[in-house]
Amino acid sequence: MAQHKVNYTQDGGLPVALTSIDKIVNWGRSNSLWAMTYGLACCGIEMMAAGASRYDFDRFGTIFRASPRQSDVMIVAGTLTKKHAEFIKRLYDQMTEPRWVISMGSCANTGGMFNTYATVQGVDRIIPVDLYLPGCAPRPETLQYGVMLLQKKIRANKAGRAQKAKRLM
Amino acid sequence: MRAYKPKDNVQAKAYYTDRYYVAPQVPKTPVDEDEVFAADLAAIKEKFEVHDAYIQVEQMVVYINANDIYGVLELMRDELEYTQLSEMSAIDWIAKSNQFEIFYQMLSMTKRKRIRIKYFINNGDAVQSVEKLFRSADWAEREMYDMFGIEAKGHPFMKRILMPYDWQGHPLLKTYPLEGDEFAAWYEVDKIYGKEARDIIGPELRDTARVDRYDSERFARLGHEVPRGAEVSDDDPEVTQNYQEEGGVFLVKKLDKESSKVIDDPQR
Repeated sequence: MAQHKVNYTQDGGLPVALTSIDKIVNWGRSNSLWAMTYGLACCGIEMMAAGASRYDFDRFGTIFRASPRQSDVMIVAGTLTKKHAEFIKRLYDQMTEPRWVISMGSCANTGGMFNTYATVQGVDRIIPVDLYLPGCAPRPETLQYGVMLLQKKIRANKAGRAQKAKRLM
Repeated sequence: MRAYKPKDNVQAKAYYTDRYYVAPQVPKTPVDEDEVFAADLAAIKEKFEVHDAYIQVEQMVVYINANDIYGVLELMRDELEYTQLSEMSAIDWIAKSNQFEIFYQMLSMTKRKRIRIKYFINNGDAVQSVEKLFRSADWAEREMYDMFGIEAKGHPFMKRILMPYDWQGHPLLKTYPLEGDEFAAWYEVDKIYGKEARDIIGPELRDTARVDRYDSERFARLGHEVPRGAEVSDDDPEVTQNYQEEGGVFLVKKLDKESSKVIDDPQR
């Protein structure tokens, strides 16, 4: 028996918390959203700024990974060209489920100002998107807000149930 | 590639056109006015036929025969000290004369002069590669092939450089629509999902004037986000930005705006 007489039922006495499986799984998922570095254009600079010390994504548990197999969320930051479209699909397929996609900025949302032959008119033509961020380019605060909204979305899910894999079609 | 159609009047006509308007021309001056250029032109004329030559914006423009290009550039590099090929590409004159105009922009660092060598080729003809003379012509000729479909004879790797290898059409031709032809519109869908997916994914939305405040995703209004497919009424209430759920989150401290410290000083 411990000498200091811990009251196990008292709040804050020991790191014991009563919760549901749903909450703890969602807590783990939503607070360690490892993001894939997907800077395609100028939005990528804002994404880097959000990851660097001033805005500091680490405190959200969002750490940028250079591999799709280690990441949970793909932040598509920038203009997606038609030449690159097959690679974004391949990288998305390589991510393990559950996986999420944030479409960052006008170009990724709709093609933006690039109303041309070489630009995909929105990444949601290629991969399913969970969150669209407006702006050209969105400020790092917008991306932080977007990640918080995504966390909210993840927490609203029933984690215990088998999740239906997202498919574009 | 699609059949060629004249596109002289493809843009909407202006409401008002000045009948007496004369398009401004960049003034051309004779070559004799510049000693260095005159000497260079004389050296080129000694060995090759020159159709036209003038000075425009302090640069000499020389028109030669298409077959002489390798010889002219070799002469300029080895004897006239024009050691750099800054740029080369083509101009589409198909609507006017079914021809391409090819230009080579040369720079001499010692003389501090620039010369533009030009010639015309017929649509469908190939040009002579100068990649052996200037390494910079390697990618420039590939880009010219990619954008105009003009092949360079003797190039070691005559493939597309910007567009994907399986692309159809040459985008810088004046007949190529800016928003792409049908092949371009369905390129990524066809390649990734197959032609059957066209009906499911749907055509590209390219109407730039389309404004839909209540589109399904509503990504255009910060603080008013709704889940996809949610019903949006006309008079939606002001939503304050709520970063977290009402009851708080497991193991995460709830954001409290009153107790949080706001840093006002940007120079902190």
